[in-house]
Amino acid sequence: MRFDLPTLPAEASALRGEVRAFLQDWAPRWTPEIRARSWMGFDRAFSEALGARGWIGMCWPRAYGGHERSFLERNVVLEELLAAGAPVGAHWIGDRQSGPLILRLASEEVKRRILPGIAAGTLAFCIGLSEPEAGSDLAALRSNAERRGQGWVLNGRKIWTTFAHKSDHMIALVRTAPAPEGGPRQAGLSQFLVDLTTPGITIRPIRDIAGADSFNEVTFDGVELPADALIGAEGKGWAQATSELAFERSGPDRVLSSFPALVDAVEALRGTGGAEQTVGRMVARLHALRGMSWSVAGQLAAGGLPNVEAALVKDAGNSFEQALPERLRELFHAEDLPEGLRRLLDMLAAMAPTFSLRGGTREILRGIIARDLGLR
Amino acid sequence: MNEIAEQLDRLLAARVTPELLRAAEAGAFAADLWGELEAMGLPLALVPEGLGGAGLGFAEAAPLWLALGRHAAPVPLGEAMLGAGLLGAAGVAPPTGVLTVATSASAVPFGRDAAHVVLGAVALHRHRLAAARTNLTREPRDAVDPGAALAEGTLPDRHGPRAIRFGLALLRAAQMAGAVEKALALAVDWANTRQQFGRPIGRFQAVQQQLAAMAGEVAAAGTAVTLAARAADARGLDGAAFEIACAKIVAGEAATLGAATAHQVFAAMGITEEHELHRLTRRLWAWRDEGGNEKSWAEEVGRDVLARGGAALWPDLTARDVA
Ligand SMILES: Cc1cc2nc3c(=O)[nH]c(=O)nc-3n(C[C@H](O)[C@H](O)[C@H](O)COP(=O)(O)OP(=O)(O)OC[C@H]3O[C@@H](n4cnc5c(N)ncnc54)[C@H](O)[C@@H]3O)c2cc1C
Repeated sequence: MRFDLPTLPAEASALRGEVRAFLQDWAPRWTPEIRARSWMGFDRAFSEALGARGWIGMCWPRAYGGHERSFLERNVVLEELLAAGAPVGAHWIGDRQSGPLILRLASEEVKRRILPGIAAGTLAFCIGLSEPEAGSDLAALRSNAERRGQGWVLNGRKIWTTFAHKSDHMIALVRTAPAPEGGPRQAGLSQFLVDLTTPGITIRPIRDIAGADSFNEVTFDGVELPADALIGAEGKGWAQATSELAFERSGPDRVLSSFPALVDAVEALRGTGGAEQTVGRMVARLHALRGMSWSVAGQLAAGGLPNVEAALVKDAGNSFEQALPERLRELFHAEDLPEGLRRLLDMLAAMAPTFSLRGGTREILRGIIARDLGLR
Repeated sequence: MNEIAEQLDRLLAARVTPELLRAAEAGAFAADLWGELEAMGLPLALVPEGLGGAGLGFAEAAPLWLALGRHAAPVPLGEAMLGAGLLGAAGVAPPTGVLTVATSASAVPFGRDAAHVVLGAVALHRHRLAAARTNLTREPRDAVDPGAALAEGTLPDRHGPRAIRFGLALLRAAQMAGAVEKALALAVDWANTRQQFGRPIGRFQAVQQQLAAMAGEVAAAGTAVTLAARAADARGLDGAAFEIACAKIVAGEAATLGAATAHQVFAAMGITEEHELHRLTRRLWAWRDEGGNEKSWAEEVGRDVLARGGAALWPDLTARDVA
């Protein structure tokens, strides 16, 4: 377990200024609910504007619409977006997960067709992992793809797919061969690029706790996919999907989800007494967690794969994100709560349980950490 | 860990035996160990080269302080490094012999064993023992009569009038980060060894989950200390007030959760005099309160944040990032 700190690139602070200036024009349009939803907010116009500034796909080669900036510079942009509570959901998955996967493993044709759209903020992606019978036990998934002619035929069902109903593509993990008798169930899984306009796909929104359509059930009924929809190697989908989990787990999106509430609470409490200790403890935690997240970013930028460190950032970060609105709530009498902050905290109360579920539950993460500590 | 820290870590692993700790906690100063540390030049590590020191910064010193915590080293090496470093920064040549530092003459770490104490901002005193005291560490925390200052210097503004308080907070935070890391390693080891219900207790998810959560605290404490030490090098102790406060808060919280978790995993065995766990956990508990506890530092941080207001919070936090 290592948490060495990187040296921030010299361009970082100028870049922060640019992103902040850009966000200032957008911020007045964001309701407390949008700010509380953070990266679970979806706004194509915003993502396109961000793409036009070169702040999506920042580290990718220019040939694919990228900007060849450093991984740490990208991290600066992510922090600024989340700190402001920007609705980044339309490009978040493509930028964080699907794009890098395609860049690494897809055919040249697919890279040229897809990546520039993600970088421009015009192509939205969703993640097709969970199924009704496969949550934490992901390898139990049953959706499958069979070869037919040059291509594939996809059948099965995904669930909890965030923004499937608003996305253009899904990266789906499905079975292409039965698990070997007595062998690991993780064998025989493959990843596919699924164009969500393909016939045979039914997307049914599932209303969430806050009354919004954010996740979905996605049914595949004889969906025909071209040959190059297979991403990477047939049967190697598990390793492909899990090898770079460190990128997903350690980012500022595991630390800052409820930060906008701290900003508003501090503003509301400015000049009053009594909240110092609570605010001080929360800010100290945040400071340490930012350091941990930056440390993992530095190790990733240097080519390392700090998987446990990343799991630690997510677990500790999620706990902070969940504790923050709880502690802030206690600082106010309900009657004195400013209306905007009340709406923000109300939405956060509904969102907070998801922090330690999405992207691997707390229990699963702690299992990973324990194994790496040498337990089991 | 840098090379000197590795060297120190190896030395302490060999020297700080249960016997040495037991003797030290019964009141016998670990003079031989101190002699070896002095021979390595470590007390002068933070002193500028012009004054005979090694000219290290806080970021290089912090791993040494973690090592002191990891081994519960019963010597005031961290105090000596800090005291000598501040004297050096104020242009005063550090004395030879055992040196300590304190925010108050009423609780001086290893006061009875030290020839000199650094107080104020900053002055060197050849003190006299007034009342022998210890705390939960079972190390001396003596009341002394400082007498007149032997030498006085003025610290540069970047360290400010509260330099000793900030320095001690950083030292104790680093020691806590080291000690809680060691407590985790011991607990993991024990969980893999101790068998109940026909298997190692580390196979039980309830035990795994607790140790994983403790690992998060260990990571947070270590990171907060690194951030604080780097800030102190970049902006001085006074300039790093925020980062040092955060480190002391986070390390103190890690100490609380870490000590409780380790004791839960060791169960009765951890409560015995014989077992080494309490040599770490007693120090963790005591160090939380030395150099300012979590509450007092949190109030300071909170006061500043609340005075600046919500709009300034994020810009202020990021402006402090050390490039
Ligand atoms: C807001 C939100 C958005 C999501 N978006 C997506 C998405 O876009 N795409 C997608 O594929 N999925 C998505 N998910 C699904 C998410 O990945 C799953 O919820 C998660 O993996 C847990 O699966 P489950 O809900 O079936 O819970 P289960 O796996 O049934 O778990 C229930 C409880 O049992 C515990 N548990 C299970 N197994 C173990 C074990 N071995 N040891 C200890 N405890 C255990 C869990 O920790 C949990 O507390 C989303 C979820 C949420 C809440």
